[in-house]
Amino acid sequence: MAAYALAGPAVLLLFLLFFVPVIAVFVIALTDWQFGAHTFAFVGIANFREVFGDDGFRASLLNTVIYVLIVVPGTVILGLAIAMLIESGRSLRAFYRAIHFLPFMATLAAMAIAWEALLHPTIGLVNQTFSALGLPTANWLRDEVTALPVLAIIGIWQNLGFAMVLFLAGLKSIPRDLYDAAEIDGADLWLDRFRTVTLPMLGPVLMFVVIVVALRAFEAFDTVKVLTKGGPGHASDVLLYTLYRESFEYLRTGYGAAVAVVFLVIVVALTLIQARVMDKRVHYQ
Amino acid sequence: MSARLSPQAAILRHAVLLITAALILTPFVWMISLSMKPPGEIFREHFAFLPQQWYAVQNYRKALTSAPLPRYMGNGVLVCAAILTLQILICAPCAYALAKLRFPGRDLIFGLVLIGLLLPHQVLSLPLFVLCYELGILNTYAALIFPFVVSPFGIFLFRQVFKTIPDDVVHAGRLDGLSELGIVWKLMVPMALPAVIAFSIFSVVGRWNDLFWPLIAVRSESLMPPPLGIIAFANEEAGNDYGPLMAAATIVILPLVVAFLVAQKWFVEGMTGGAVK
Repeated sequence: MAAYALAGPAVLLLFLLFFVPVIAVFVIALTDWQFGAHTFAFVGIANFREVFGDDGFRASLLNTVIYVLIVVPGTVILGLAIAMLIESGRSLRAFYRAIHFLPFMATLAAMAIAWEALLHPTIGLVNQTFSALGLPTANWLRDEVTALPVLAIIGIWQNLGFAMVLFLAGLKSIPRDLYDAAEIDGADLWLDRFRTVTLPMLGPVLMFVVIVVALRAFEAFDTVKVLTKGGPGHASDVLLYTLYRESFEYLRTGYGAAVAVVFLVIVVALTLIQARVMDKRVHYQ
Repeated sequence: MSARLSPQAAILRHAVLLITAALILTPFVWMISLSMKPPGEIFREHFAFLPQQWYAVQNYRKALTSAPLPRYMGNGVLVCAAILTLQILICAPCAYALAKLRFPGRDLIFGLVLIGLLLPHQVLSLPLFVLCYELGILNTYAALIFPFVVSPFGIFLFRQVFKTIPDDVVHAGRLDGLSELGIVWKLMVPMALPAVIAFSIFSVVGRWNDLFWPLIAVRSESLMPPPLGIIAFANEEAGNDYGPLMAAATIVILPLVVAFLVAQKWFVEGMTGGAVK
């Protein structure tokens, strides 16, 4: 009985705050219920039909995919490169690690405001530097070509240190002997050792980092809200911002719930792949 | 990897890392630089890190007085502390039951916890908004705190760590006359302190930095946590008064950044442990 008393409050709250809400999202998505209404009727997949028929949502979904496809390789490749550089020497390791990890800790809403100043068309450092170097300048956040890639670069800036520390842990677990053995076998060049030892040994970690970063990229919201509001037009609209705007600004309850379901399906699919990868890693070691 | 870098390679390593470090720090440096400049210098079209005329005192004073910034910070501390306290109070006993007690339904409950781990909180925001509305707690501290009082990750993490504590400790506690709750608070939690600290960092960083839920849950300025407050401040100032705005942004990120620099190892552990989530 003691067990139920100990677990009871947590289980009750899990139901109230997680399981009932997640079921409610599906129910709302299948009905015409509006916030504040006392009645509702099931409308089947009408909300999903509306969502997928909406150019705005399709743009948002496509933007999210593009955003993820920029952020994931950018973050993973730079994170791995920096981790390997840090790990390759002895001096200033903690210093470099701290600096590169800093953006991951800093409140993104506040840093977005700093980025806005940095990207300001006339007084921003970016345009000042670019024009001094003879590079093209732009109104980065108001141009429909540049808005989304610039947000993705901020995403890379924020997540890079996170990928780096995961890779640092992975690199430390590679036995030194393997490098010695590779060298004896004629892998004299750094690239050979990277290809024959580092990459294969880092495989599971690499897969894990890719998915964790992808999950974080899918959840991008703060920079969009602060810097572009999804604009210009729908140029930088992403799923979570669409979810927020439709549900809580336009109060389109059914539409918002349908977007939430789409978002949930993507995130759960990615997490399940991650769980399988983690499983494999445990078995292979 | 190789411990023996040639001198040239060592210099190259530092050169590259210093450049990437400088790029990473640029937004921070720019923010701090603007926070010390008078309006005239901010809108000058060439860059100098240090101001010619020091304006830091004026900017930081304006940030602290013209917007309720101290209030935002206080709200952040209050909300984070309340959430963390309740999370530990609610999750640790459940984790103990899952790790050390045998009872029908245990595996089912653990399964529920794992499913809870899968769910991104933003997906639940619409029903949680309705729930808070029905409870009449929208636009109160309760709305900021309540949806987070139970953490599937907390239960999961504590359960894993409690499992590694030998059963003999539990038996000894019972022989000493401790109640089951007594075992949780006097034996389990103290022995699992590193995990509790890692979870605390994970929780506080997540809540302090969260913008999504506060945006939905509160409207009154007096209730806003820092991320929401700084946006309200930016909107009011219409982005024209950069000095005080950058000062406010600096103040908002400062507590976590300082804590991180002081306890780097703990933060890295807490934040990457959360990646398993």
